[in-house]
Amino acid sequence: MKNASIIMIIGPLFLLGLFAFPLWNIMLGAPQYPEPLGMNIHISGIEGVSEFDLQNIDGLNHYIGMKTIPKSGEMWEFGVFPKVIIGMVVLGVLIGLLGFFGKVDFKWFLGWFVLMSVLGVLGMYDFNEWLTDYGSNLDPHAIIKVINEDGTPMTYKPPLLGYQKMLNFDVTSLPSIGAYMMFVGMSLTLVAAYIGWKSKKSGAKQQLKKAVAA
Amino acid sequence: MKKHTYLVLGLLGFAALLTSCGNGNQGKGSSGALNSSNAEKVYVAPGEHDEFYAFMSGGYSGNLTVYGLPSGRMFKEIPVFSQFATSGYGYSEETKPMLNTSFGFVPWDDSHHPDISQTNGELDGRWIFINGNNTPRIARISLTTFETEEIIEVPNSAGNHSSSFITENTEYVVAGTRFSVPVPQADMPIKEYKGNFKGALSFISVDPEHGHMDIKFQILMPGFNYDLSHPGRGKSHGWFFFTTYNTEEANSLLEVNASQNDKDFIAAINWKKIEEYVNNGGGTKMPANYAHNVYDESTHTATSTMKKEVLTVDPTKIPGAVFFLPTPKSPHGCDVDPSGEYIIGNGKLSADLTVHSFDKMIAAIEGKKFDGEAYGIPILKFEDVLAGTVKSGGLGPLHTEFDGEGNAYTTFFISSEVVMWKLGTWEVIDRKPTYYSVGHLMIPGGNSRKPFGKYVVAMNKITKDRYLPTGPELEHSAQLYDISGDKMELIYDFPTHGEPHYAAGIPAEILAPKSQKIYKLAENKHPYATLGPADAKVVRDGKDVHIYMSTIRSHFTPDNIEGVKVGDKVYFHITNQEQDFDVPHGFAVIGANTSELLVMPGQTKTIIWEPKQVGVWPFYCTDFCSALHQEMQGYVRVSPANSNIELSWSLGE
Repeated sequence: MKNASIIMIIGPLFLLGLFAFPLWNIMLGAPQYPEPLGMNIHISGIEGVSEFDLQNIDGLNHYIGMKTIPKSGEMWEFGVFPKVIIGMVVLGVLIGLLGFFGKVDFKWFLGWFVLMSVLGVLGMYDFNEWLTDYGSNLDPHAIIKVINEDGTPMTYKPPLLGYQKMLNFDVTSLPSIGAYMMFVGMSLTLVAAYIGWKSKKSGAKQQLKKAVAA
Repeated sequence: MKKHTYLVLGLLGFAALLTSCGNGNQGKGSSGALNSSNAEKVYVAPGEHDEFYAFMSGGYSGNLTVYGLPSGRMFKEIPVFSQFATSGYGYSEETKPMLNTSFGFVPWDDSHHPDISQTNGELDGRWIFINGNNTPRIARISLTTFETEEIIEVPNSAGNHSSSFITENTEYVVAGTRFSVPVPQADMPIKEYKGNFKGALSFISVDPEHGHMDIKFQILMPGFNYDLSHPGRGKSHGWFFFTTYNTEEANSLLEVNASQNDKDFIAAINWKKIEEYVNNGGGTKMPANYAHNVYDESTHTATSTMKKEVLTVDPTKIPGAVFFLPTPKSPHGCDVDPSGEYIIGNGKLSADLTVHSFDKMIAAIEGKKFDGEAYGIPILKFEDVLAGTVKSGGLGPLHTEFDGEGNAYTTFFISSEVVMWKLGTWEVIDRKPTYYSVGHLMIPGGNSRKPFGKYVVAMNKITKDRYLPTGPELEHSAQLYDISGDKMELIYDFPTHGEPHYAAGIPAEILAPKSQKIYKLAENKHPYATLGPADAKVVRDGKDVHIYMSTIRSHFTPDNIEGVKVGDKVYFHITNQEQDFDVPHGFAVIGANTSELLVMPGQTKTIIWEPKQVGVWPFYCTDFCSALHQEMQGYVRVSPANSNIELSWSLGE
């Protein structure tokens, strides 16, 4: 259980990577942009991959009537997400420490993992909602209005995950280093829970053996 | 436990896979083709990049052109000494001061010899310098923006031809006069040239940080013609060598009268010695009047300052500073090999090349083996300094470059060929014809300690039938030879713009990564900049009307302007708001007596418009900037001079 607890302490610390590295990355390439424009989505705001990428994406998007990319203060998520992550790191480390001193068992490790997964899914849902609004809530006076074959106006929601062709742009949306560190950290807590469960089981077996021997 | 380790490693591996994709394809052209045809050697496939930059002087275009090698594709014409309507250089208010001289605004020159800055004798790719021949000037061009940043006029000089060659740590850019003149200028009979005219050799210091130029000293030499020059390097660093002709000091019919002496001189200048003399207070300050023009990248504006003094040096006052090396037959090119040992004088009326030895020269100086003197300057004995003679069999040798592998390549104007020969043995290895009458040749880094001996480019004076005819006036022709093998191989032929004299080449990998993409708007300190559309305005100051205008895809702010009157002087100050690579906006207004403006992202440029007729006059973007470029237009209402209409401006109302 001591090994499991150490892993449980280390796992949540990986989430701190989200403060240094982006969670998600969206790249936009086009014939005119052999070096694609890109945005890095951090938990505290959106940044351009290169210095002027956001300004240039906004400049292009004005033709199709998209809103400008929100600044850090313009979305509540960028205030709340960092607090949630810090909270979950503190909680996870605390659970690990308590496990180390034998105060809680592996079920608490599993509990942390489940809570983090639920929060993660909620975060993704929220992110997708924003992408949908960003891509479809268009200025009615947009310079370029494209109509789909079925007569509905074309929207420009970037994919949540993967590749999509949008007008002249090739859009690729993928998790970034911060997200991978989060996945690793979460996996470690799952490993900790498993080891904890196994050691408890073998502990029980040993006791059973002892009892039989006695 | 093991399984879970795999799971974690797998996740990490997945992450690595995703983050490692998307690297750009930076492949070079067709490589690894051992027995490839010549076509393959010069073929740079669509989207791929050349291996070298070649900067060719524009000659009578006054500019500098940028080519790729081996493809021969032209990338840019950099305006230097000539007005350039394409970008507004020399027309815009910001760049007009660049062409200021002591003769006033001089909108043209004859640019000859580009040379790239060096550190420890190797190309460092910070700047390229070039001389203006006619109204003596030296320009410095940035190799991050590829724009002219500075021009300094050279006083007491005329026909600034033995220029602009730099010393091996870019301590100096050196400019020598081809035509000797009275110094100071004087109203005197031309016939009194001999013994009275002077030849000024100017050592212009280069600030190691900013590159700013300043004339440190001028050596006032006897009144010969100082034709070409090159610095010593390696062991001969600290010396500079100039070829001379017309040591006869003829002032008329030079083609005959300056060709009488069997030998003229190469002047060997110990500039370190003169620098020391000057640093210790030597030399004479002389009243002068010359322009120093500096372009400031943050204000996007040039300023011109007139300098009033120059430090001159009498070489006979500094023992051991200057010597003459007799060199046959009116030598033209003066080239120093990568080791610094051999100084090659190309006697243009001869069949042979004369090679002097630096070591022998030093020994002769130390042994005081002089063969008389000229105007107090010791002449060394020809036999004492001669390293060897190349019996070429060609006619009219002009210039020599080096491949860094012990070979030299010399152009022959009259016999129209490039001759490859071996340093030290002086044997001719190969010869190939040029088309036609070659002047200079260029090997990238060929005049440094470290040449990149893969190609040689021959720049010809006569084109004739090489390309489809275009009437009597033709572009010049260049040939590209592969010199990576034992012999030269002619692999390509391409036209060059203007009249290239010399060129300078450098590996693309040194320059390409630092080539600037945009100017940062946040760093724009132009006094009339419009840093955001909200700052756009129109201000009247008497008859002057200043329009602070911004551009972004695809509109001007403002685009409707009223209240301008006939007789006003309207300044259009255009600031390009874009911060995206290769998105310039242009500006043109009907009836402007100047040129268009081509404004790079983050830049501000100004053009003056003096409306002469009442009416509503359009302006528009001249660069096809975007899908709505054709919509990028506006109007200025011009009212009679006595009208009471107030200034007003708007966008989208």
